[in-house]
Amino acid sequence: MTSGPPLSADAHPRRGAALGLLPFGAFTFLFLAVPTVLAVGSGLYDADGHLTADNLIALGDPVILKTLGNSVWLAALTAALGTIGGAAICYALIGVGPESRLRTFVDAASGVLAQFAGVPLAFAYIAAFGLSGLVTVWLQDTFGFDLYASGAWIYEMPGLIAPYVAFQLPLMVIVFLPALDALRPEWAEANAILGGGRATYWRRVGLPVLAPSLIGAALLLFANAFSAYGTAAALISQGSQIIPLQIRAALSSETVLGHANLAGALALAMIAIMAAVMALYAALDRRASRWRR
Amino acid sequence: MLGAVFLGLPLVALFHFTIKGGLEGGITFRHWAELLSGEVDAGGPLWDGISSSLVLAAVTVALMLALLLPTMILVRLRLPRWEKALEFVCLLPLTIPAVAMVVGLAPVYSVVARIFGSGSWTLAFAYVILCLPYAYRALQSNLSAIDVPTLSEAARTLGASWPTVLLRVLLPNLRRGVLAASFISVAVVLGEFTVASLLSRTNLQTAIVLVQKQDPYVAYIVVLLSLALALGLLLVIGRVGAATARSNR
Repeated sequence: MTSGPPLSADAHPRRGAALGLLPFGAFTFLFLAVPTVLAVGSGLYDADGHLTADNLIALGDPVILKTLGNSVWLAALTAALGTIGGAAICYALIGVGPESRLRTFVDAASGVLAQFAGVPLAFAYIAAFGLSGLVTVWLQDTFGFDLYASGAWIYEMPGLIAPYVAFQLPLMVIVFLPALDALRPEWAEANAILGGGRATYWRRVGLPVLAPSLIGAALLLFANAFSAYGTAAALISQGSQIIPLQIRAALSSETVLGHANLAGALALAMIAIMAAVMALYAALDRRASRWRR
Repeated sequence: MLGAVFLGLPLVALFHFTIKGGLEGGITFRHWAELLSGEVDAGGPLWDGISSSLVLAAVTVALMLALLLPTMILVRLRLPRWEKALEFVCLLPLTIPAVAMVVGLAPVYSVVARIFGSGSWTLAFAYVILCLPYAYRALQSNLSAIDVPTLSEAARTLGASWPTVLLRVLLPNLRRGVLAASFISVAVVLGEFTVASLLSRTNLQTAIVLVQKQDPYVAYIVVLLSLALALGLLLVIGRVGAATARSNR
């Protein structure tokens, strides 16, 4: 988190040049370092500014633990589904060259859907699977099947799974397609010359080479779902089933579960989990980059 | 197939909803016509959201380029030891969930509001941080493809001042990276919901959520239009990127 200007004496002739880092350094300090420190730090203080462990202890509250469990479970499940489904989509796109028009379109569409479509995706799912949605009505009219016989689950936890998978799939495509590009045609040829079939190629060459990328992508998808807010906020207006919604509740009311600054403790927990996941990802990515050149 | 079910179907349903004729059934483009002619009840908050997002996009891109581009060129030319640190700082926002960062941004913004007022354009400060990883990658891939030291030394030898080197020699060579960084930042800003919503500021996405409750037709049409706009922006980046890859060979 050190982004300040270099003030060390060893920067002799470069001192003037280093001053040029000041604007950027000051800006990232004010709007990146300070908010992060405040977010993490505020969980350690009470309303009067005294150091306290109360909020951290509040993290052990059954309600919070349940929410945390929900968040991890949702992120893990949709990451697994997204990794498998996304890899299948990438496999289908394997013959498409990296500079073809179709590939450009797939990249752009994936980019939009994966990163900038949180709220729109929630609405699309309401339009399709909502109580009077296109698919819901069609199922009812054609098969007499009531999607919501057991309650309106689309506005609760289970309803988040499909929309989350919907933004996990395109992210998997973005992350994993370049890894597939790294599979060199020579390897397939070598395999064929040595008498290996398609199955042998994937089992002995393809998968071992791609394994670090696959696991890395799964971690990235986990982080993505774990930190997503827009889709859940637009779908679920009542209740706080996952951590980001718990933060919403903590920010909009002064005290949740009788703790001021609980939002800080929740943010601390989130950042800690994210940091662990991303550190693991960075390690795997270094391993995977061996084949990328 | 899979993509079609999870993504295509809901989006088609979204479109179908906007052309559905209410009680009388059938297909109608009435809602589209109403929105485009400007005669909808929900117009007020929606136009507020759209205009504030457009202002935010412009301020964010300007601020991001003014801060990031000179810094990256400086690090490249004179301070290569800082390259790793710069990359770390720029990619850091990917690790910190926006919803967690908001907790720390709230007190920062109570100070910002005292200095600059509480206009929604001030969100641009936070948005520059959110765009940083994407903009950095776009600029970095362009920057590493051109020979910055040789270009600037040649220009300096010919008597150009540093501002001239920056504006008339390096910038034209970096236009593709600058374009990609700007477009992706615009797409990020137009799609941003978390920070604006939790800091109670107005932007396109918060306005859509607000309007959806009273007039879902209008909200869904705007959602479709904004997705199409973002897709267009990213397609341009993709074409420009492919052109760069070809010309560098």
